[in-house]
Amino acid sequence: MLTPVAQPPATRLHDPMLPSLHRVEHARWDTDDTFSLELARVDGATIPPFEPGQFNMLYVYGVGEIPISISGDPARRDMLVHTTRAVGTVTRAMSTLKVGDTLGVRGPFGTTWPVDAARGRDVVIVAGGIGLAPLRPAMYRILAHREHYNRVVLLYGARTPGDVLYRKELEQWRAHFDLDVFVTVDRATGSWRGSVGLVTSLIGRAPFDPLNTAAMVCGPEVMMRFTTAELEKRGVKGDLIYVSMERNMKCAIGLCGHCQYGPFFICKDGPVFPYRRVQHLLSKWEI
Amino acid sequence: MTKRTRQDSETPNIIESRDFQALFDSLAKQGYRLVGPMVREGVVIVDDIAQVSELPIGYVDEQEKGTYRLTHSSGSAFFGYGLGPHSWKKYLFPPRMRLWQAQRHNGSFAIAADDSTAQEVQPLALIGVRACELAALAIQDRVFMGDYPDPHYKAQRERLFIVAVNCIHPESTCFCTSMNTGPRATGGFDLALTEVLEADRHYLLTQVGSDAGAKVLEAVPHRPATREEKAAADTLISHAAEHIERSMNTRGLKELLPASSESPHWDAIAARCLACGNCTLVCPTCFCATVEDTTDLSGENAERWRLWDSCFTTEFSYVIGGSVRASVKSRYRQWLTHKLSTWVDQFGTLGCVGCGRCITWCPVEIDITEEVRAIQAQHATISDGAGRKKKDAHA
Amino acid sequence: MHTLEPILAKHPFFEGLDKRYLELLTGCASNVVFKPDTLVFREGEDAKQFFILREGAVAIEIFAPGQGNVTIQTVEEGDIVGWSWLFPPHRWMFSGRVLQPVRAIALDGECLRKKCEEDHSLGYEFFKRFSHLLVERLQATRLQLLDLYSIH
Repeated sequence: MLTPVAQPPATRLHDPMLPSLHRVEHARWDTDDTFSLELARVDGATIPPFEPGQFNMLYVYGVGEIPISISGDPARRDMLVHTTRAVGTVTRAMSTLKVGDTLGVRGPFGTTWPVDAARGRDVVIVAGGIGLAPLRPAMYRILAHREHYNRVVLLYGARTPGDVLYRKELEQWRAHFDLDVFVTVDRATGSWRGSVGLVTSLIGRAPFDPLNTAAMVCGPEVMMRFTTAELEKRGVKGDLIYVSMERNMKCAIGLCGHCQYGPFFICKDGPVFPYRRVQHLLSKWEI
Repeated sequence: MTKRTRQDSETPNIIESRDFQALFDSLAKQGYRLVGPMVREGVVIVDDIAQVSELPIGYVDEQEKGTYRLTHSSGSAFFGYGLGPHSWKKYLFPPRMRLWQAQRHNGSFAIAADDSTAQEVQPLALIGVRACELAALAIQDRVFMGDYPDPHYKAQRERLFIVAVNCIHPESTCFCTSMNTGPRATGGFDLALTEVLEADRHYLLTQVGSDAGAKVLEAVPHRPATREEKAAADTLISHAAEHIERSMNTRGLKELLPASSESPHWDAIAARCLACGNCTLVCPTCFCATVEDTTDLSGENAERWRLWDSCFTTEFSYVIGGSVRASVKSRYRQWLTHKLSTWVDQFGTLGCVGCGRCITWCPVEIDITEEVRAIQAQHATISDGAGRKKKDAHA
Repeated sequence: MHTLEPILAKHPFFEGLDKRYLELLTGCASNVVFKPDTLVFREGEDAKQFFILREGAVAIEIFAPGQGNVTIQTVEEGDIVGWSWLFPPHRWMFSGRVLQPVRAIALDGECLRKKCEEDHSLGYEFFKRFSHLLVERLQATRLQLLDLYSIH
């Protein structure tokens, strides 16, 4: 069984509660309500290494701090990329930041997608909505070492065509001969001529060998429940399915208790879990 | 933490009650800030203390589900009271603590760690720590000094002197014997006292638990205890153990509680529970916290504070879209399951020490031992029923 | 002459179906092609067939005043389209618009309906398969109703 790798102690921070200052280098809206920030350290240092799937705690001066997954390329050490939706107090404030503004960053924290351990297999990445953001670093890492994998499939479901994240990049990826990218929307609008339907409906026909596939799934919990069921139905082994969970987090180091999920602290035992470890909790109510 | 525990067989000493103040003075002289029990607003709390006379001398209390009554008796015992609502955790894990401050300048801002968090922590002497509270401290050590040690906790923990007191008057809400945490303090202290109050004598049988303890004791008049004195103290403690009324069978709880997540009994508890969070506030092991980011009116200065939080609030589990644990039932279930099951997964120990505070301070008399028993009984009935069915099928 | 039987036999939808039923089915099957932007079927028309898509993509649409044609779902290679032929009044409730050139096998519903009535074992096999399809669609619709990504 593949096991997600916890953050190596080498990158452990001196005081994990103390944010370091970052400057906004680029800010853009990906969709009507989702934006990406590219951040560089104010002191000019390289960003601490991170692994696909990990997250940072982002602090907006005087407003508050929230966990946001890292969505940039792990090979880049000059820039940190975060994509999030402007839905709460902190993210709304964050969405108004301009190039040159500063914010605080703590991290990286949490477990990682098993991208290295998945070598030699087919990889199926299933993302729903903003769930594509924490999976993008995994895509970058896999594409950088494409020769180590068999088939690579990305299945992505968004709400409407206007909600499709990283559209240009998806189109570029779709043009790769060694990559299968399928995008579907729950609701078609305008001139959309692509798929309409749930992301789960893509699993049945996607080209991969279920018996030798590692699957990485991120999206709303209900979407992940149905996706994992569909993957298993297709024949993917539960041991090779990984999911990323979300809960409220305040400290990100397993001390504040907020992100408890059964026996786990999502901040340090997750956010990426082997599906088998959380399967029994996924269908439980209000856990 | 690095305290060397001395042999239990080491002969205890006797401090006469009239010399007890010398212990306070000795601690103060060695630079410790002393905190201990005292009566305030009708309850025994812990706060800064300098004099033996400030102790709740002669006070006794009655505790029951949802009841705490403190009365002054004619007695002269220093430690005749039971546990009050304050646990010692407030000194290691303060209810409010500033984590850092930030100042805005030139359109940016700078963050500085709070000075008080690490270096300048004053050595602290806790006076009157009961066995269950030592156990609670050991549990919190695992929480706060694990993968990411909390700087304040660690600094204070390393500068801690503990004067334990063996329990000889357990409350009806106590169940330390079920949790193997009391009434006798068996380790983790610098000095442990057993108060013996006889018709004509009043002394403290004193056991040394560390070199620091021995050093403090040097400045206090004392002499080795006689066999009779030691026996008298032992009798009092065993007597206390025999008088613990409540119990909890912890066997199999770790598996039973998560397996009972859909039990209808949670509804029965939720019908009473006010989700007030009292139990989490008085609990000596509850460690949940939130952070608060503030700015002053000018917006030039910002701070981050860490505050005690409770899993009984709806905000606790808030994610975009709403609270994960919207119902009271799910919140009580989270608390109890965490204490007695998932805590073991997380920290290798139960999160309950049997101090009974959550029973006393619950305004609607919810009793953790009763609730556990009810869930166990329900499970027993179900398994029994299943067993019978099986048998019938075979017949 | 090539018959469509081997193609039908290979489709998961007909997996495990008795050979004599497959033969029967083949008798009701024909190859069809559709060009982009043409309609495979139209809302309100009599539903006489269902389709097994061998190639291409079809949008299942409904016309809503003010919104034009709204796509509810798209179906692609390997999918089965159409169950209106099974139930009275045998009328299409949606339209099927070709997105990418379609090659399909059309099965004559009227013919099949008659055969199902005559042979209830065949009827059972058909309803088993179509009810599975219906359940999948219903589940998908329920999840779409949840509008999962809007709260995430």
